Amino acid sequence: MAAHRCGLSLVCILIFSSLAHPSSCDTLEKANDNTAEKRSISEVNTDGSVAGEALNERQWQSTDAEVDRSDSTTHSEALTPAAARDEFQEELVIRPLHSGDIYASFQFRTLWDTDFLQEGQKVSHYRLFPKSLGQVLSKFSVRELHISFTQGFWRTMQWGQPFIPSPPGAELWVWFHDTVSDVDGNWKELTNVLSGIFCASLNFIDLTNTVQPSASFKPLGLGNATDHRFLRYATLPREIVCTENLTPWKKLLPCGSKAGLAVLMKSEKLFHSSFHSQAVHIRPICQDEQCSSKAWELRQTLNVVFDLHTSGQGKKEWSLFKMFSRTLTEACPLASSSKVYVDITDNPEGELFELSPATPLLGQAVVLGDRRTYSVYDLSRAETFGQLRSFNLLLRWKGDSGDMLRPLLHAERYVAGFGLQTGEIHTVIYNNHPYRAFPVLLMDSVPWYLQLYIHTLTVTSKSRDNKPSYIHYQPAKDRHRPHLLEMLIQLPPHSMTEVTVQFERALLKWTEYTPDPNHGFYVGSSVVSALVPSMVAMRTNFTQDQPLFSSFVPVKEESSYFVRVYTEPLLVNLPTPDFSMPYNVICLTCTVVAVGYGSFYNLLTRTFQVDEPSPPLSKRLANLIRRMRGVPLLT
Amino acid sequence: FLEFWFNYRHVANTLSVYRSVKRLGIPDSHIVLMLADDMACNYRNPKPATVFSHKNMELNVYGDDVEVDYRGYEVTVENFLRVLTGRLPPSTPRSKRLLSDDRSNILIYLTGHGGNGFLKFQDSEEISNMELADAFEQMWQKRRYNELLFIIDTCQGASMYERFYSPNLMALASSQVGEDSLSHQPDLAIGVHLMDKYTFYLLEFLEEVHPASQANMNDLFKVCPQSQCVSTPGHRTDLFQRNPGSVLITDFFGSVRKVEITKDTINLTSSLKPLIQRSGSGDMQIESLTYVDQLPVAEIIHQKPKQKDWHPPDGFILGLWTLILLVFFQTYGIKHLKHIF
Repeated sequence: MAAHRCGLSLVCILIFSSLAHPSSCDTLEKANDNTAEKRSISEVNTDGSVAGEALNERQWQSTDAEVDRSDSTTHSEALTPAAARDEFQEELVIRPLHSGDIYASFQFRTLWDTDFLQEGQKVSHYRLFPKSLGQVLSKFSVRELHISFTQGFWRTMQWGQPFIPSPPGAELWVWFHDTVSDVDGNWKELTNVLSGIFCASLNFIDLTNTVQPSASFKPLGLGNATDHRFLRYATLPREIVCTENLTPWKKLLPCGSKAGLAVLMKSEKLFHSSFHSQAVHIRPICQDEQCSSKAWELRQTLNVVFDLHTSGQGKKEWSLFKMFSRTLTEACPLASSSKVYVDITDNPEGELFELSPATPLLGQAVVLGDRRTYSVYDLSRAETFGQLRSFNLLLRWKGDSGDMLRPLLHAERYVAGFGLQTGEIHTVIYNNHPYRAFPVLLMDSVPWYLQLYIHTLTVTSKSRDNKPSYIHYQPAKDRHRPHLLEMLIQLPPHSMTEVTVQFERALLKWTEYTPDPNHGFYVGSSVVSALVPSMVAMRTNFTQDQPLFSSFVPVKEESSYFVRVYTEPLLVNLPTPDFSMPYNVICLTCTVVAVGYGSFYNLLTRTFQVDEPSPPLSKRLANLIRRMRGVPLLT
Repeated sequence: FLEFWFNYRHVANTLSVYRSVKRLGIPDSHIVLMLADDMACNYRNPKPATVFSHKNMELNVYGDDVEVDYRGYEVTVENFLRVLTGRLPPSTPRSKRLLSDDRSNILIYLTGHGGNGFLKFQDSEEISNMELADAFEQMWQKRRYNELLFIIDTCQGASMYERFYSPNLMALASSQVGEDSLSHQPDLAIGVHLMDKYTFYLLEFLEEVHPASQANMNDLFKVCPQSQCVSTPGHRTDLFQRNPGSVLITDFFGSVRKVEITKDTINLTSSLKPLIQRSGSGDMQIESLTYVDQLPVAEIIHQKPKQKDWHPPDGFILGLWTLILLVFFQTYGIKHLKHIF
């Protein structure tokens, strides 16, 4: 074990120092000396003389999780005798971006050792795991569920890669268990139930926008069988995210929005941002390192990018109060770990920005193929909050940052052409690695009313034809099924690959148009999944004490990491009829019929009679008297 | 969505009533909120996630815990009538249903653009007063309400309650037939009118009502006289069995939960048997569970195409073959059949 650890370049090292070294800059050097000595977990734990106090020394590979587990075990045994144990961790990662914006990513993870699908054992005791989701999982035999609501588009070229990517609008993909007989029926009911839970219009997901990808979206959790008949994927690019979606999302957290990191989630600030994405990911994961049994993991993530000019007023200074209009006062009491990480990789000597309050804890993690250094604030320790009992992080910029490292993979999409008859969809994928080529899997799901002509599909890299090694195409069926196109393309190094396909726009029936058809119709984002070569070796085994943001995607090999990039959604105008025409037609027809038929009828049936004018009063009186006398009347 | 920013005031109207009703005690599970346009997170809103009802942004009626049940395209006449009559598809979640019975008092508040006998939905369809009256009759016959209060704030709103014929209905409208309901104040920062006059004064009146208040319906009828509203609010109580003076406002706008305090102790059942055996039990197979490869390139390249289910040939193909066979036997005669078979 020790040798194994030596061999692996240590990718998760918490560099700690005793209280004698106040400035964080020095700790890096000291830590390097220290790590040479530290080898295994047990050494650290039992060797009390290594560091000052037991509280200060926390190595990420140490038995934090084990210690907490035993705590939560005893705690849970005291409160809830059931052996189903759950654990909750929360963290916030703050990454300053090169343009002066700031990226904050919340992750809340609830781990639960239970098996919803075990025969004969009905789960009825919920502690930290929300009951509404637990019931959904067991009723619909869901193996994995990923749902995200996003407002805004992630700008990869300016902001880098996000920790958890998501497309604009709503996205839902679910892996069902292989015991399910009617996957489509379960899918339909599941979308309705989720629309009630999250106050979103997910009930608009039906067979016309659901696809069954054949190679993308492999399960992120445990499992060996991957029969894609049990996978369903749908996006609603038009879905709006607002406070009514955030409210039920916050209610799923064990502490709600009353304690811990969730007090920062005030909708007035969160939605006044360039990018806002909240997601729920449920999957089965390894319970421990030997991976002998499963545990359910519920991750709730919230990614937000605050814009320097709209919320920052142009001054390059960020603080928790400025971002969220709140400060932190305590950690969630139900959490086993509650931490705030600030990315200081670009600031090794503090020349770029100044971070206060200073913290002695530093950490390193390999995430997205790069080794990043973080300042760690542990909220479960009272010293973090200082004398004012409130924790407000402050980042003040001192100098100008240089150019950002270009992200290795980037994709764009746009519609070309003119008029309302035909068009062309162009998807452009950039590989910015100087010498490595890597494969990407492009998945496109186009609604049926854009009729794709696949014989015009071309894939060109560096102005030469690039034949994909795998193509899966499922044509659309009008009003039943959208197009699904999946291709595995090898991207040459330092190149731009362009995929073009022509389409024709269909005319919908007039009842199928939305109330505002001139706005256009949305086409969901393309998904580009890739194994990008990593700059540093990735860590292949999962441990429980890794920070949450680096342990989301399972890693199979060290030299590459998996990334998913979403392109922009498209907005396409369809030829719209004049909706006042039915009214006009009825008026016109009725007029023509009335005038035409009416005149004809009159001509045929009208007879003319001579009408005598009525006699004056005197004559009428005279006639009356004459009638009484029996004498012939006057004319 | 984005085109009708000037309908901000309709959303503000609805949210003000929603807020008052929540403040007076009705929980979200008993409220069905339908907002046709998204104003709070609209890109034109200078203060996202807020909807203000007073100028100078004094009162944010959107709040932090709003739950909208029907939004955007879901707000249609059909969905509205289905919610009222209860005829929803079986998979509709509970928060989107009106789960009322014959002892429930229901408050319905509608606002938008309307005319003589109709109310517009989404600028593309209308609900007529006859449809509404019939829906209420259906509700009465299915015993879905005890008493119903109907408030409408549109132009010529009184025309909407003219046709009601079911018992126990009381209705209020912001203007008579032939009159327009007017909006209240514009806010220069947001750029549109924030509220309608009638709802503004209704909100002011409701702010003074608290859960134990004894204000009755006659006070509600006096809200917004012509001097303030310019239009003449109307009301209709002939179908209502009780005297409006004896009906409390909180019968419809609020709810007081009955709380019973007890000093008895209840013993919870003793420890439940553990559901899952921890590792250490002998019968656990050590099958190593693994994560799936996210992009198994080799596997994908050699993936065989999915076997499609066999479908019987289409009608067209069948017809074509029948035609071919018919022509064949016509030309060559039926006696050749035995040579073929």
